[in-house]
Amino acid sequence: MSTSTPLAAEPVKLTKSALTAERPTWCPGCGDYSVLAAYYKILEKRQLPHEKIVTLAGIGCSSRFPYFVNSHGAHYIHGRSIPLATGVSLARPDLNVFVFGGDGDGFSIGGNHLEHGARKNVNLTYVIMDNSVYGMTKKQTSPTSPVGFKTKTDPTGSMDRPVNAVKKLLSAGATFIARAHASQINHMTQMIERAMDHEGFSVVHVLSDCSEFFPDAYTSANPRKGGEYKIIEEKLWDQTPEDELRHDFTDETAAYRLADHPFPGLFGVFYQVERATKNDLEDMWIDSVRTKMAHCSDLEILQQTFDRMK
Amino acid sequence: MNTPQTTSSSPVPTPVAGRADLRPQHIHDAVIRLAGNSQDGIQSVGGFLARLAGRSAQDVMTYMTIPSTISGGPSIFQVRIGSGEVLSAGDEADFLVAFHQHSYDTHIRALKEGGVLLYDSDNVQPNLDDKRFVYVGVQITSLTIEALGGTAKDKGKNIFVLGLLAAIFNFDAEKLKTLIRERFGKKDASLADTALIAFQAGYSYPVDNLLADRYHFEKVHKEGARAQITMDGNQAIAFGLIAAGVRYGAAYPITPWTSVMEILRAELPKYGGLFVQTEDELAAVSMALGFSYSGNLAVTGSSGPGISLKTEAIGWATMAEIPLLVVNVQRGGPSTGLPTNVEQSDLYQAIYSGHGDSPRVVLAAASVEDCFYVVLEAARIARKYSTPVFILSDSSLSTRIEAFDEPDLKNLVQISKPDLTPRPEGFKPYPLDKITQHAPPGTPMLDGKYPVLTGLEHDETGHPTGNPALHMKMTAKRREKLQKLAAELPLPEIHGDPEGDTLLVGWGSTFGPIREAVNRLRKAGSSVSAIHLRHVHPLPDGLDAIFARFRRVIVVELNDSGLYGFGQLATVLRARYCDPKIQSLTKTDGLSFLVREIVDGVSK
Repeated sequence: MSTSTPLAAEPVKLTKSALTAERPTWCPGCGDYSVLAAYYKILEKRQLPHEKIVTLAGIGCSSRFPYFVNSHGAHYIHGRSIPLATGVSLARPDLNVFVFGGDGDGFSIGGNHLEHGARKNVNLTYVIMDNSVYGMTKKQTSPTSPVGFKTKTDPTGSMDRPVNAVKKLLSAGATFIARAHASQINHMTQMIERAMDHEGFSVVHVLSDCSEFFPDAYTSANPRKGGEYKIIEEKLWDQTPEDELRHDFTDETAAYRLADHPFPGLFGVFYQVERATKNDLEDMWIDSVRTKMAHCSDLEILQQTFDRMK
Repeated sequence: MNTPQTTSSSPVPTPVAGRADLRPQHIHDAVIRLAGNSQDGIQSVGGFLARLAGRSAQDVMTYMTIPSTISGGPSIFQVRIGSGEVLSAGDEADFLVAFHQHSYDTHIRALKEGGVLLYDSDNVQPNLDDKRFVYVGVQITSLTIEALGGTAKDKGKNIFVLGLLAAIFNFDAEKLKTLIRERFGKKDASLADTALIAFQAGYSYPVDNLLADRYHFEKVHKEGARAQITMDGNQAIAFGLIAAGVRYGAAYPITPWTSVMEILRAELPKYGGLFVQTEDELAAVSMALGFSYSGNLAVTGSSGPGISLKTEAIGWATMAEIPLLVVNVQRGGPSTGLPTNVEQSDLYQAIYSGHGDSPRVVLAAASVEDCFYVVLEAARIARKYSTPVFILSDSSLSTRIEAFDEPDLKNLVQISKPDLTPRPEGFKPYPLDKITQHAPPGTPMLDGKYPVLTGLEHDETGHPTGNPALHMKMTAKRREKLQKLAAELPLPEIHGDPEGDTLLVGWGSTFGPIREAVNRLRKAGSSVSAIHLRHVHPLPDGLDAIFARFRRVIVVELNDSGLYGFGQLATVLRARYCDPKIQSLTKTDGLSFLVREIVDGVSK
């Protein structure tokens, strides 16, 4: 699709202050602040045209994200941000589409859309801020709550097996899958930036603690609190014996194996491959059809069709 | 080949004295019902006849039932061809073609007295003692096999029948052959040749030996008439969308909506656009909203159950004020209901299915032709008022073929691109003093403030707020824009006298039968007029002034009379005008109104 490029204002340097909008409504200590900081940092570093940034979200604490970013954006309904973003991405290749949301949005009410967005390899970047609890509604069980976690809807402890985000994304066909912890802001920033550079459906599963309803969820991954942040070592292809043990992120089977690492799991890039995006495939089809139409105007094409119905 | 069959199973019929003799040779209207199984290809015979009528500048309307089974099952295709205005598919058939015994058993009651039964004497044994009809038995199956040489079995008997009908009705055989070549010759020339052999076999069958009269349609001379095009209602919706400049959409398959999305999926790439089949209805409406949000008015569609699934997202469209077209090709409900039958029982759903106070626009198509134009109107409203607009069609329109004057595409086709012109300082996405017009993503904002569209209640800038005063103002803003729309809508034309005893009010596909009923009643001396509502919600201002000129108002619609005795539109009108003279005529047999049913209902 060609989109008319209007006369833009003089390009100004994109700064954090230009990107800052409303003051976040998150609780003090919420992991989501770090994700927001990382997003500002990436946008500032990459100097994307301001009007070409689109920040979209569904419903949940983390999904308040678009209000805190001064960019074009939309705060949509619960669980459906991926198909909304797909529409934006497919119709407007000139835009950089970012989607933010929580574990409920991504793995529960919107699970089917995650599946199909990944399968279709829609070109967008999705950051899932997982706190393993429904915080906005004041502590109910989430699809990633660990077994035994007591909530208002599971007073004796959650009994259902939590979703394994990486395995779900692998089986669905996401072409970039990474994990990070919000407390490890440099690593998380790298992951989101690599996701942004990936052509296709790129997802970063960010563990982001809920300071109010599940403050200790990911302590075991936080070195400052005595945990361990185990980063996946990526293969350097340097012919060294150590390299044998490193992860080839194009190896799907190896990625599954890493995804089975016990809680809180590993961090880094699990999987990245190049596969034709939905955007490319549709564009190729449109181009081939358009070539056959030999530059006829819309009116001429429709008239030809109507002539055949006479 | 093609000698008259005089076996006992195909007697040479003798026209019944005093009945068939009354049949005029020159006719201006004929209803032909083809009854068979869904795999007999009767739809394509009907389709050919409809297109032929269209090319001959005759009016035509078809009616079809298909079984909701996956394959097979009894099916009919009825074609009404007229030299004048054809308003309905006809209550009774002048001519019945029965392929199987069950076709005869089920549909003989739909044949008029004096009507002609053309039956496949290989398969059907009619009750020849019933002297009300004219019997024409032809060994359709064996003659087709004979003509085509065996390997095709009886495939092609539909085209054989087409040839027979062409002979009986003096249709233009050359035009029909051209249509057959166009239809079958695209992929495989030998297929077209086979079809033409079957057609010729039927056409050259000596029907003169069987029927005393051949029919002649009176010639129509329309001065300066536009060429006719022939299509069904779903095609008219799809091409209406294209004409309206809609280039993006998303949907999930469901009967009877599906063919709209099939057409758009294939056609939109020609225009640089795109239609996506999504994983479910929720994704479909969401993706369509994504397209609309990106600056390209988009469409989603479905039938009743699928629309239910979309309603949450449509609530967002109302709150965030995003333009969106939602097509509902209604079927019989609730739940899976009657998937291949017709009902107008989704009117409440269209108007009221939103959560919260969420006014939306609802338009209804009156005919196949109107399916095309109503979409143009819907797109205009959606863009101007930045609002979701429902377009109601139904199962009968979706499969009905009509010939209508070719639209003046040159003056109708719209081109629409996202408006990305930089927005000046102080731009507000939700101004209280103006109708919202969004700045799609990619639009530079000169004051550096970028809009976030939201489903939360918000202030003029889109900032979320639960402020009571603001919620009142914003609720009013969303309502008032539709009140503004109501004020600009034209009043419907009154068919018949502008005042009198009875006013019939219709909406959607009841248009034709209501009009024909009014014509019939007026001819018989009754004081009956009709209006047809195309803008169902909001209603155009001023309907009360029309109602005031009649003693009673009867709303005719295909839905239940409800707990309180009134159909869905009748209830809306009674709530709107508090007028006890508004009455209701409804039915729920899953079939379009017969003209007679309306005439009887009004005369009661």
